[in-house]
Amino acid sequence: MANETKKKLDRLGKDLVKQISEKKNPSVEVPIRSLSNIHFNKQKRMLEMKSGKSKRFFFNVAHVRKFVQTTEAAAVAKELLEADKHLSLRQTFYKIKRTIPGTSINIVDEQSESNDAIEDLELIIGAPREKLNINANKNGSVAGHVVIKDRGDTIDWSRLGSGGWAIPSNVENIEFKKVNAKFVIYMEKAAEWETLHEDKVWNKLNCIIMCSQGQATRGVRRLLKRLHEEFKLPVYVLVDGDPWGVYIYSVIKYGSISLAHMSDSLAIPSARMIGLTADDVEKYNLKKNLIKFKDIDKKRIKQISNYEWFRDNKPWQRQFTKWKKLGGKVELAALTANGLSFMSQKYLPEKIRKKEFLD
Amino acid sequence: MVDNIAEKMSKGLREISVAEFFEKNRHLLGFDNPAKALLTVVKEAVDNSLDACEEADILPEIKVKIVQKGEDRFKVIIQDNGPGIIKDKIPRVFGKLLYGSKFHKMQQGRGQQGIGISAAVLYSQLTTGKPTIIRSRISGKKDPHEFHLRIDTVKNEPHIIKDFVYDKNFPDHGIYVEMEIEGSFKRGKRSVDEYIKQTALANPAAKISYQNPYKERFSYPRIVNKLPKKAKSIKPHPYGVELGVFERMAKSTHARSIAGFMTTDFSRVGLETAKQVCKLAKINPSTSSHALGHDELEKVWRNLQKAKLMKPPLDCLSPIGASVLEKAVLKDTKCEFVTSITRPPSVYRGNPFGIEVCIGYGGNIAKEKSADIVRIANRVPLIHEASACAITKGIKGIDWRHYKMEHNNGIPSGPFIIMVHMYSTWIPYTSEGKEAIDAYPVILKEVKLAIQDCARKMGRFLAGKRKRHLESKRQSLFEKYIPELAISLEKLSDVKKQIIIDDLGKIIKKPVVEGEVNGK
Repeated sequence: MANETKKKLDRLGKDLVKQISEKKNPSVEVPIRSLSNIHFNKQKRMLEMKSGKSKRFFFNVAHVRKFVQTTEAAAVAKELLEADKHLSLRQTFYKIKRTIPGTSINIVDEQSESNDAIEDLELIIGAPREKLNINANKNGSVAGHVVIKDRGDTIDWSRLGSGGWAIPSNVENIEFKKVNAKFVIYMEKAAEWETLHEDKVWNKLNCIIMCSQGQATRGVRRLLKRLHEEFKLPVYVLVDGDPWGVYIYSVIKYGSISLAHMSDSLAIPSARMIGLTADDVEKYNLKKNLIKFKDIDKKRIKQISNYEWFRDNKPWQRQFTKWKKLGGKVELAALTANGLSFMSQKYLPEKIRKKEFLD
Repeated sequence: MVDNIAEKMSKGLREISVAEFFEKNRHLLGFDNPAKALLTVVKEAVDNSLDACEEADILPEIKVKIVQKGEDRFKVIIQDNGPGIIKDKIPRVFGKLLYGSKFHKMQQGRGQQGIGISAAVLYSQLTTGKPTIIRSRISGKKDPHEFHLRIDTVKNEPHIIKDFVYDKNFPDHGIYVEMEIEGSFKRGKRSVDEYIKQTALANPAAKISYQNPYKERFSYPRIVNKLPKKAKSIKPHPYGVELGVFERMAKSTHARSIAGFMTTDFSRVGLETAKQVCKLAKINPSTSSHALGHDELEKVWRNLQKAKLMKPPLDCLSPIGASVLEKAVLKDTKCEFVTSITRPPSVYRGNPFGIEVCIGYGGNIAKEKSADIVRIANRVPLIHEASACAITKGIKGIDWRHYKMEHNNGIPSGPFIIMVHMYSTWIPYTSEGKEAIDAYPVILKEVKLAIQDCARKMGRFLAGKRKRHLESKRQSLFEKYIPELAISLEKLSDVKKQIIIDDLGKIIKKPVVEGEVNGK
């Protein structure tokens, strides 16, 4: 595996050197990562990347910086593969960062630049970041009746105290020993996860609970996908009642715009949203907890409701209309107002029993 | 009752003295405020010196010194190396208003009224009570002479206080004038400093040294060792002569007939034309013009205005010269680029005139401001009333963006100097203050054409400069990144980085590289 990625990196380097020796302006083709180059596959119900590519040249004032950032990222990845070591995105940023001698120019100034370069590199050579030995920060917890094996250690997700198992950024090499659950609930907030974990909801409902903070990281999404594919577990998504929550759900289900090329291994088209819905606001008496939409929220609702994968979805269009009418958002934390264990004892069991999901 | 009033009024009637005349007209003469008065005194003296030197074929060398004597008192000293003035004439030149050789002469020259230097003497006398000191020498064989002069303000006659042979060292020829005046010294665009600087620009054959009240010395060396071609005196062209002047000339002419008057006292009037004009005015061409009354002369004048006449001769003018202007601007500003043009002469209302323009960029011209505008009329800098002047209007009428030059309110922004010289037998000032040129359409047009010509060349230079700048910026940007790319590629491909650097260096030399579409 590692060898194959290394070969791809070698090929990139050799190709560029060949171009240079032929006195050509060295260039690489980078698939375009933007909405304009995204296609919604209605059969597979997931986002796909179209074939749009842009050519990036070294001798172009507007390209040269990104060009060097990308080749530098490739050089770092090759070094990691050869040494069989892993670095985080942050560490990779520092590895790439250096000042060009005699100038005040840094190869990268912000981590967002090295992150971008790495994402471009993934697309250029057609290998995911994990295979480049570059990891995201681990950022997620999971609990449930599951036993796994990771680097030789056996880990029982039901016996890890208050913190649960911290999900690593690369879950490819995890081996599932025992999985005893009927479904997975993914939530966007660590606070809610901790409450549900405290209430041992995974035991009561016989499920797995998983969270990350905000947008699900790749490691979390891969773990969700593997549990869904390998054990046929339904995935339910629990997010804030606002456009940002809706988009977190959208990414888990259909894939993201920037990683559309990896939808096959990340998207879970059958994932469903459990809450919070606009109907919950009335049903659970949450109106008093509405936070008025800002202009940016309204703009985002409009944008999301126009995405191809939501546009023809009647229940969802009904949700968007209703949210607009409500004029505000509701956070998961607001459910606490209805009782300390409201979510684990009433909200979730009721929703699951009644199969009240948005698809 | 009525008689009474008339009697009372007649008691008020009396001859007014020159002092009163001066008091009432000081704004016309350039003495409206203390700062301007100081400038005017310097200006009148310097103009006279330059004119005298040129007339005598002497390369001018002028020293100007202003010494502060009190809060609002200054001593102004001007010395030139001109021909000097003969002893007998000195009192009248300096001590009598409206005495001079320039009035009514159709010749390109600095002053036009013969009022300048004596007005300065009068101003000095009225504000400080001190006499003006004049030293003059006309040749090394004769002694220099010193006068202490005042003006008898009742009679408009010079009043000599002292008159003696000056026995100290004095150059072979030249004039020294010293007067004490009330004034105020200001810095900036309308300062004496600026006037002297611009005078040096407009008179590249002159060597000028100057010391201001702060004891700062400025020295403007001679830029060309050749005096400008002497302007020729021409007879007035009928189109530029007003009725009143026409009548006065008709009364004082030596010609024996009205037709002869027209052909001999004016340029471009032939005998046939004169006869035709007389015919149309129903006047016998052989009548003496002295015998004609106002109505008849007016008829002649009107028909003469309508007659089809050739343009006045244009070779009577003397421009500074485009290349000389460039040298002057270059020397003063050390500018990066300079361009200039002398337009062929043209005519407004029967007066020949020409426009020359010089535009410079960079060097020690201030970067942060609008362009320095130097307005020159017959080699005299115009300091006040910029906005009323045809030159300023012409500059503002240019679409500078067309030449890729930024502008603010019509004046280019950035390190530019725009020097415009109008030379003519008669400069049409907007007022007696002689500060702004009247914007006759043809003058405006010539100013614009000249500026546009220079702006085009300047625009080309700036475009090239921008391109070179971008090109070198682009080049140096790539040069910075080349070794970095080579480091990455060496790791990726195991090809030695020096080989990669050398190859990339060869590609960069190619002027246009494929893919370089947005070379911004």
